[in-house]
Amino acid sequence: MQKIGVFVCWCGSNIAATVDVAEVVQAVKTQPGVAFATDYQYMCSEAGQSIIKNAIKEHDLTGIVVCSCSPRMHEATFRKTAQAAGLNPYMVEIANIREHCSWIHKDKNEATQKAIILANAAVAKVNLNAPLVQGESSVTKRALVIGGGIAGIQTALDIAEAGYEVDIVEKEPTIGGKMAQLDKTFPTLDCSACILTPKMVDVAANENITLYTYSEVEQVKGFVGNFSVTIKKKARYVKEDLCTGCGECMSKCPSKKGKDEFNCGLNNRTAINIPFAQAIPNVAYIDAEQCIKFKTGKCGLCEKTCSANAIDYNQKDEIIEREYGAIVMATGYEPIKLDKFDEYQYSKHPDVITSLELERIMNAAGPTGGTLLKMSDKEHPHSVTFIQCVGSRDISGRGKPYCSKICCMYTAKHAMLIRDKYPDVEVNVFYIDVRTPGKNFDEFYRRAVEEYGVNYIKGQVGKVYEKDGHLVVQAVDLIANKQLVLDTDMVVLATAIEPSKTARDLASMLTASIDTNDFITEAHPKLRPVESPTAGIFLSGVCQGPKDIPETVSQAGAAAAKVIGLLAKDKLLTNPCVAHSDELLCNGCSQCEKVCPYGAISYIDKEVNDHGVRETRRVAQVNEALCQGCGACTVTCPSGAMDLKGFTNRQIMAEVDAICK
Amino acid sequence: MVHKSLEQACLIMDRSGVDTRKCMMCGKCSATCPAFDEMDYHPHQFVKMVTEGDIESLLSSKSLWKCLSCFACVERCPRGVEPANVVEALRVTLLRRQGENYITADDIPGLLDDKLPQQAIVSAFRKYKK
Repeated sequence: MQKIGVFVCWCGSNIAATVDVAEVVQAVKTQPGVAFATDYQYMCSEAGQSIIKNAIKEHDLTGIVVCSCSPRMHEATFRKTAQAAGLNPYMVEIANIREHCSWIHKDKNEATQKAIILANAAVAKVNLNAPLVQGESSVTKRALVIGGGIAGIQTALDIAEAGYEVDIVEKEPTIGGKMAQLDKTFPTLDCSACILTPKMVDVAANENITLYTYSEVEQVKGFVGNFSVTIKKKARYVKEDLCTGCGECMSKCPSKKGKDEFNCGLNNRTAINIPFAQAIPNVAYIDAEQCIKFKTGKCGLCEKTCSANAIDYNQKDEIIEREYGAIVMATGYEPIKLDKFDEYQYSKHPDVITSLELERIMNAAGPTGGTLLKMSDKEHPHSVTFIQCVGSRDISGRGKPYCSKICCMYTAKHAMLIRDKYPDVEVNVFYIDVRTPGKNFDEFYRRAVEEYGVNYIKGQVGKVYEKDGHLVVQAVDLIANKQLVLDTDMVVLATAIEPSKTARDLASMLTASIDTNDFITEAHPKLRPVESPTAGIFLSGVCQGPKDIPETVSQAGAAAAKVIGLLAKDKLLTNPCVAHSDELLCNGCSQCEKVCPYGAISYIDKEVNDHGVRETRRVAQVNEALCQGCGACTVTCPSGAMDLKGFTNRQIMAEVDAICK
Repeated sequence: MVHKSLEQACLIMDRSGVDTRKCMMCGKCSATCPAFDEMDYHPHQFVKMVTEGDIESLLSSKSLWKCLSCFACVERCPRGVEPANVVEALRVTLLRRQGENYITADDIPGLLDDKLPQQAIVSAFRKYKK
C-alpha cells in the first residue's frame, strides 16, 4: 500500500478564487492510500517545495499528488522536489486544477467538486505507480541544416564555429537563397550581395561544413541525438570536383530558351548554367529537360568546350545516408502565385511586376543591367505605382491571412531608390497601413516621404487596366475620400510571402508540427521560439514566420546556440515512460510493429516458459532507446501484451474509475 | 446628433450575413466601385457606418440606390466583407419598414401610368402596413 501525500496549490487567486482548496484537502484525505494532505498559496515557491520535502520525510511518503497548474508548467519542478527528498521522480502525479478547472469554471461549488474528482483520479493513479529510471542515449555530434539561404548559412556558420560538423542541404544548384536575389537591403541600403557572398565563401571554406547543393532530404528516421537522414543529390551532369566555373560552356550552349530562375524568369538562360557569378559552389549544372543532348542525343558542345573535362552526361542521382544529432529547418519562403489576382493584370501585362522582380531589374547583374526599364518595350518609365498588401492580410481565400511583414520596408526602399536614381520618375505607393516597427525603420520610411518625395496614398487599388497603350490604375484615396484614376508606366506588386512548398513534406518527415499556413510551429511562441516541439528539431528564418534579414540572422544564431547546447552533451537522458511487451501475452501478430512511428519494435523468436510449458514463440521486443512513449502500440495490441510504463492500462482504468465513481 | 443603434447594426449584419467588423479599412471596395462618383457615402464608408450603428443616415442615403450590384467589391474584398450584400440588406430593411412606402387602394387610380409597371403598384399595395 502506498503512502500518498496530496498538496493543493492556491496559485494565488488563480485556483483559490474558484476552488475551495480546504474542501479539496478534506475530501482527498478519505481516499485510499492518502496519508497526508495540505494546501499552500504557491506550491511551486521555495517555501511550497519545502512543505512537500518535509512531508515526504516526516510521513515516509511513497508517492505524491500535486493539485496545481498544467504538468507542462511544473511537472519537472515537482519531480525534482520529490527527488531531492529521496523519492523516485516518477512517483509524482499532477492533478491539473487550474487550466482544466479553475480557469474554465465560474461556479465555485462546481469547480471544487471537479477539483476533488481530478485529485482523486491522480491519487488512484499514484496508488499503481512504480518507480522508473531514466535511460541514456548517445548524441551524434553532427548537425543537418535544411536550406542554404541566409538563415541556413548563418546557423551552419555558427555551429561550425563552435567546432561541430554541420551539413547544409540546399535544393537549388547554389546556396544564397532569396537574399542573393536582392539588390539592396533596408534600412542601410547596403548591397545585398556584398554582405552575403563573403558569408557564402566562408561556408565553402569552412572545413566543418559540408555542402549538398541541388539535393533534397528524402527520408528522416530516428530521434533527438540519433537522426538517420537520406539525402538525394540530384545529378548535375557536371563533375563538381573538376568544374572550375569558367563559364565557357554557357557561352557555347545553343539551347538558350530556359527561364532564368535567378532573375525571376525575366530573361533566358542556357541549358548548362551557373545561376550567378558568385554562386557557391561555382559549378555548372545541366537542365536535362532543356538540354538538346538529353532530348535528341545530338549536340554535346559543352563537353567539347570544357577544358576541365567536367561534363558527364551519364551522371546519376546519388543517395547519401548520414547520421545527425540535430536538424535545423531553414527552408525559407516564396512569393505567392498571383493567378487569383486578375484585377492587377500581372499575368497579362509585362509592366506589372512583383517586388522581387523589381529587385532583379534594379540589380546590376539583372536582366536590364541595373537600369530601371519597362519590360514591355525596354523604355524608361515616367511613373511607377506600388501596391502594398497584395495577398497579405487576406481572408477571402485568394491570399494569406497574415501580414507578410517585410513588404512595407522593401517598398519604401524601392520607392526611395527609384526617386534617388531617377528624380524624373513619379512614385506613388498605395498602402493600407504602413507597418515599420524596428530599429531605424520608421525613420527610413519617413525619409522616402520627406526627403525623396514619394507619394504615399492611403487606400487600395481596385483594378489596373490598359488603355491607349499605357497602364491605368483605379484606386481610392481614403483620406481625401476620392476615387483616383491614374496613368502609370509600371505597377509593382508587394506580393505576400508563403513558406517554401517543401516545408510541409519535410515537417511530416521530421514529425515537426506545422500551422494552417504551413509555418513550422515553435515549442512555445514566446519562450522557446527556435525549437520545434519535436526534440532535436530547430527552426531558423522564415520557415517559422515572416521576418526580415536582421531577425532571420538573430534567429539563425539562436537556433545554432540551441544545437550547440545539444551536441555538447555526450549522453541524453531518455524518457523512461516507454512501451514494453509481456511475452507471455504476445501472440506475435506484428500489429504494434506496423503502427510504431519510430521503428522501435521488432520481433524475435524466443523461448518462453508459459506456466511450465517451454516453447519458442515469436514475440515483440521494444528498443527503449528508440521508443518515444507515444502509446500507439498499446492501443493497437489485440492481446493486451503491450503496456506503457508510467501510463499502464491499469493506471488509466483506475483514473477513469475514480472519475466515474 | 446622428442616431446610432447597435441593435440596428446587428439586424443589418444578420440580414446580409456579413460581419462588417472584419473590415480593415483598406478601401478596395471604393477603389473598385464603378458608381463611386455617384454616391454620397462610399462603399468603405457604409461598411464602417454599419459597424458603428449609423443605419438611419444610410437608409436615407442615395448611395443605396446608386449601387449597381455588380459585386466587384464582393469579388475583390480581401476580408470577405461583401459590401454589396450590406447594400442589399439595407435596401430590404427600408422596403420592409412597417407602414412606410405603403399605398392604399384609394391611391392607385391617381398613380396609374402607362410607363409604370403594374407589378410595382401591386407590390407597393401588398406592403406590410400594420
